Amino acid sequence: MTHATQALDQMRPPYPAEPGAGVYSNKLGMWVFLASDVMFFTALIGSYIVLRFGAPGEWAKPGAVLNVPLTAVNTFLLICSSVSMVKAYAAIQDGKKYFLRPVPGKLLRDGGLKFWLLVTMICGAAFVSVQVVEYIKLVGHGFTPAGFREGSLLAEHAAGDPIKYGATVAGLYGSTFFTMTGFHGFHVTCGVISMTYLYFTKVLPEKYSPQDYRGIEVIGLYWHFVDLVWIILFTIVYLI
Amino acid sequence: MTTPSPATTAHTRPNYILIWLYLFVMTVAEVALAFELPFSRNVKLLMLLVLAIIKALLVALFFMHLKFERWRLRLIFIVPLPLAAILVTAVIMEKVW
Repeated sequence: MTHATQALDQMRPPYPAEPGAGVYSNKLGMWVFLASDVMFFTALIGSYIVLRFGAPGEWAKPGAVLNVPLTAVNTFLLICSSVSMVKAYAAIQDGKKYFLRPVPGKLLRDGGLKFWLLVTMICGAAFVSVQVVEYIKLVGHGFTPAGFREGSLLAEHAAGDPIKYGATVAGLYGSTFFTMTGFHGFHVTCGVISMTYLYFTKVLPEKYSPQDYRGIEVIGLYWHFVDLVWIILFTIVYLI
Repeated sequence: MTTPSPATTAHTRPNYILIWLYLFVMTVAEVALAFELPFSRNVKLLMLLVLAIIKALLVALFFMHLKFERWRLRLIFIVPLPLAAILVTAVIMEKVW
């Protein structure tokens, strides 16, 4: 005869679910918003696919115009921020409201909600900063939403090798690139602002508990979705 | 002997660091595939899309915890996807015809 040990359901918060979808209203609202955002990004990506494959000429080769290594590092930053977000979620589930706490016998300190959410905010802000730097450099080199600026470095390169730089469809390339990455960057910026607000109004005053961490879960869903969209965008915009 | 109730037959937390490692390795593989590996363009296209979909699924299932949610909630996220596919197909058909 054994004693069954009760395992807590770590995936569902211990406050009452509402009828219907069976989750609390904040979470349901976020999922409905994300469903609408799926349609929004699909419209952008779908338009991109149609424009690209219906265009009269070949798109620029991967890496010819865009800085892929820099963006790959940026993608890594966003993936790291997703992990730190989910670690923040796990921390508050376990009641770890603190920043860092020493663990006896271990070199590394144990991170709490305050630490992991701060890491997420920093990674998110770094992603947006790198994207802004990338935009400034691209525009500086002559890549604008209207295509290659006349007299610019890129326009000269494109004149020398029109196939590699996709000179005939540069306008379509520029407009789709800046629209898709711009809207994604806007989403990331909104996420960072929302997390900063939560950090100062809820996390630092320790208003979340293992019994109620709805704000962390809801902003986490949004943040992971933004990461998910970037995974798709990075592949189709930068690598294909 | 006690019988575990539905509330106690719960899910354990996924290994988030392992998922992060998968995502990292697949991102490196994508970049290598796009620039270094000698495959034809169509093979590269297919492999890159497959890798991107696997990465997106990992994020949705484990980071967004869709794997552990009820079907009623999963449907909210899944239903727009075929609609999105119909939208893209319809616009492509417009171009083809």
